[in-house]
This record gives sequence, structure tokens and C-alpha cells, in this order.
Amino acid sequence: MTQRTLSAFHPIAARPSPLSTRGSLAWLRQNLFDSMPSCVATFVLMVLIVYGANHLLHWGFINAVFAPDSAQCQAVRGLGACWGVVTEKYRFILFGRYPLAQQWRPFAATLLLIGLLAISCMRPFWKRWLFLVWAVVVPVFFILMRGDAFGLPQVPTDLWGGLPLTMLLAAFGIVLAFPLAVLVALGRRSTLPAIRSVCILYVELVRGVPLISILFMASFLFPLFLPANHSPDVLLRVMAGITLFSAAYLAEVIRGGLQAIAKGQVEAANTLGLSYWQTQRKIVLPQALTLVIPSIVNNFIGILKDTSLVTIVSLYELTGALGLALDSDAKWRPFKFEAYLFIVLIYFIFCFSISRYSLWIEKQTQHSKLR
Amino acid sequence: MNQSIISFEKVNKWYGNNYHVLRDIDLQIRTGERIVICGPSGSGKSTLIRCINRLEEHQEGTIRVDGTELSDDISSIEQVRKQVGMVFQQFNLFPHLTVLENLTLAPTWVMKMPKAEAQERAMQQLKRVRIAEQADKYPLQLSGGQQQRVAIARALCLRPKIMLFDEPTSALDPEMIKEVLDVMSELAQQGITMLCVTHEMGFAKAVADRVIFMDQGQIVEQNSPHEFFNNPVNERSRDFLSKVIGH
Repeated sequence: MTQRTLSAFHPIAARPSPLSTRGSLAWLRQNLFDSMPSCVATFVLMVLIVYGANHLLHWGFINAVFAPDSAQCQAVRGLGACWGVVTEKYRFILFGRYPLAQQWRPFAATLLLIGLLAISCMRPFWKRWLFLVWAVVVPVFFILMRGDAFGLPQVPTDLWGGLPLTMLLAAFGIVLAFPLAVLVALGRRSTLPAIRSVCILYVELVRGVPLISILFMASFLFPLFLPANHSPDVLLRVMAGITLFSAAYLAEVIRGGLQAIAKGQVEAANTLGLSYWQTQRKIVLPQALTLVIPSIVNNFIGILKDTSLVTIVSLYELTGALGLALDSDAKWRPFKFEAYLFIVLIYFIFCFSISRYSLWIEKQTQHSKLR
Repeated sequence: MNQSIISFEKVNKWYGNNYHVLRDIDLQIRTGERIVICGPSGSGKSTLIRCINRLEEHQEGTIRVDGTELSDDISSIEQVRKQVGMVFQQFNLFPHLTVLENLTLAPTWVMKMPKAEAQERAMQQLKRVRIAEQADKYPLQLSGGQQQRVAIARALCLRPKIMLFDEPTSALDPEMIKEVLDVMSELAQQGITMLCVTHEMGFAKAVADRVIFMDQGQIVEQNSPHEFFNNPVNERSRDFLSKVIGH
């Protein structure tokens, strides 16, 4: 019998792929001119886009009227946009019925709030003192808006309006609803029957009614149950309504994330001796929340736009202020469309920023999943 | 001193009303003993060791671990869990934390150890399982065998008196089983009390002081590995061994 010699194993060195799939030329070829039908489609779409863009350019810029002159606007109706309505009414749209002479106050307050939200989103500011900044900026916001201190004349909350009101309702709706939602989501999964039932009851009750009816209850029905002049301010009641409403939806989204965490994670934390709250805070929530970032952001954007419903209880936020500014003014009412485009732009800037920010957050949390 | 560190007296457990998963379990384990538990699936092996750190509750009988009786009292559970480390079939590492953070988590949060000290202890344990160079990676970037060694190191960071292994090599590729068993064998040399549910009969022969064979929620036979593998007294264990060792 001959002895068989072992053959050696020679690994083949890795080579790069021959066809380049990167670069703009490769992209054009792959996506636009891949085949005959795709060339035709590309061509047709290009013609349509150029045609549309040309029209838009003429309507929006070349034929448009920028001066606050309604006669001139009437003259170009149908041919060009009347941006004059924005030039004329922007202060009313942005600040509602807030007294004209005092409008620097909501302006400053809005800037402060935007600044506060912006730095809260950035990693270098995620320190303990950020809570302190919130504790300072939020009262300053209210003092600026409400006055009656530091020599500022008082402005009652029913005169607040426009962008600061939208920002206030959305920001506090989100900031207050989120922790409440986390607690409710955890509560719905609790092993204690009392806590679980209360959470289920809350979610199902709130989800079962439209936001408008909650706002109605908050502003008209709720005071009936309290002694006259002892019910909290309508703005506070509406803020509470929005917060409770959003928290119920958010809680279900977060519960979805909690559901997705394997039981073994909790068991491992248990065997290491971590308490319930340590386990939730260090192990379960970081993973669960990461999983549902897209849905959470969906909710946040929803809250921002739902604030436009508070007009129904006579709080004139951005959308409401626009109606207030134009509906009673026959001269400018025909140009409501352009004015709407203006607030569309404002809403879009905020919503788009939120969604880009969420993409960034998703990237930040992705590293642990990379192999 | 051959005192029991773990004792089961007439322990019974049911899942729901009808599934009687542990039946009249009596078991004494001495300090430093190395025990392998084997048996067909569904025989209650995993449930048995999961009762030791109260991942499962038993309904009848008493379980004592290091002098503490396990009951609904939360402080007794905490007391026991400090002494008992556990390694799972599916590793159960925390994927959002680095390897080092996985190890320092319990020392810093449960034992309130300063961060530097916890890291030093963690690195010590990572060296022990020969994986120190992976400290800053995330668990999913490691191979299965590496992950399981990290899991062992994580359990050791709390310096437990007892280590429980629940099928630690069952989810591993064949080439990685040995690296985990090597680490476990080394651990066995160092006097820690070990209970290991496994089908690695070679490991049982080499390391165990006692082999426990379970079927249908009962302890069918327990003996030294030599006796168990060569002279099984029960026909059920004989049958099981012929199927496991047969090929």
C-alpha cells in the first residue's frame, strides 16, 4: 500500500470585481440608460421636467409680484404668484394676534426654543448641564411670552399665536409625551395586573377618540367640572390634551420595540443581578427604541402637524393665524394659496429636519450591528 | 469539608397545569463539584439548572443555594444571583454594548465598583478566556465561539461560587466547540462549582465528577463518569448512551 501524501491548501488571493459599479458614469448607465425602454423613459421624463420647471420658474419668479400691492397682484393673477401677500401679512401669520409693538418677544422666544431644541439634538451637548439649560430657557420662554414681569406688559395666552404657539405645543407635546409613553409601554408589559390594566385602559380610551374631541373636552368640558376661575389656563389644558393623546400612540410604537427584544436578554441581565429598572434602562430600552426610531419619528412629525387642530378651540397657531389673517380681508383673500405655500415651507423645514435628524440617529446606533 | 452548596429536596415544577416538568427531584451538590447533566430533549435538564438562579420558579419542595432558601422573597433571589453565574446556549450577550461594556456592566451597576477597577477585572477575565484583543469590538462582530467565551468571562466577572452552563456548545459550529470546551475545562481545574447541561460526552468523561442522567422530569441515574459510561445501571440510560455514543 502506498502512503498517500497530504496535498497543501493554497488559498486564492482576493481580487477586485472587474466591472466598476461606482462613479457617476456607471450610475448613469445603470439607472438611466440601461436598455432601450429605459432610454425612452429617461428622455420623456426629462422633457416633462424641463417643461414643468420652466412653468414653475415663470409663475414663481419671473411673473411674480413681491411687493405688498394687491392691485398689481390682481393684474398678474393666473400668470404669476402673489408673494406680496406674504410680505404684507407675514407678521400676523408668524405671531397671530400678539400685540404688534411687543412682537419682538415671541420672535426672541421662538429663536430661544429653536436653539434649545437644536443643541439638545447634538451629541456634544448631551451632558448633565443640558437639564439646567432647559430649566432656565423654558421659564424664560414663558416670561417672554406672557410678560407681567421685568416690566414687560402682560399678554394673555389667548393672544398667543402663530409659530411660537406651534413650536410650544409640538415641542412640549413631544418632550412630555415621550417619557410618559415609555412608562405606559413598560406598564402594559408589567406582571402586576393593576398597573397593566390601567395602562391598557388609558391607551385604548385615548386611541378610541379623535384628537379634536380631546381638545374640545380639554377646553370646554373640563372647566365645567371645576369651580369657576379655578381651572388651569386653556393653553395648559390643550397642551395636556395633546401630550396625553400623543403618548398613547407613542406607547404602542414603543411596546412594539419592547416586544422584539429576545427574552434571553432579560434573562442574562437577571442572572447578572441587574434590577428591573437597571435592566430596562441599560439593556431593553436602548435596543427597543433603536428598533422603532422610524416609527417614533413618524409620530413626532404627526404631533407637529396635529397642533394645527387647536384652531378649533380658538388658539391660533400657524395654520389658524393664517386663516385669521386672510379670511376677513377681502383684498388679500384671493391669494390664500401663496400664503399657504409660505406656511407649507415652514412646516416642511421642521419636518424635514426631524426626519434627517432621525436618519443621523439611526446611523449612530447602527455600529453595533455591523459585522 | 463536604457540605452541600446546592440542595434540592422533593422539588416539583409544572408548566401550566398539566405539564409536570420536574418530578420529585432530590439532589445534593458539594462545593467544588463538577456535574454534567444529560438526557433527551424535554427531560427537564435546562429547567433544573434554571431553577437554581430562579429563572424558573418551582412550585413544591425546597431549593437551597449557598445557605439561602429560594422563595418569592426578592432579596433571597438577589442574594443567590450574586453567587451564581450562568452561560446560555444562545450566548445572550448585549449586542448594543462592546465586549468590555458587556463585562463591566454588572460590576459597575450591581456591585457599584469604580469604573477603572471594573475594567481591570474585565480585562483579567478576557485574558483568562484568551480574547483580550477583542475588548472594543461589538459582540456580533465576533465568531460564535468567541461570543460564548465572552459570555463565560462576563459571568466570571462577578466572581460567582457556582457556574451554570445551559448547553453552551449546542449553537456553535463544529470547529468552535473545542475552544469553548477548553476554556470550560480550565475553569473546572480551578475549584469552582460547575453544573453543565451538555451533550459533549467527551467533556463529561474528562471533566465531570458526576454525571446526572434525566428523563421525563426525573433523575434516572447519577454516577461517576467512568461507571455511568461503562456500566449504566438503568435500561433507560443504557438506551440513551447507545444512541449518543453509537456513531
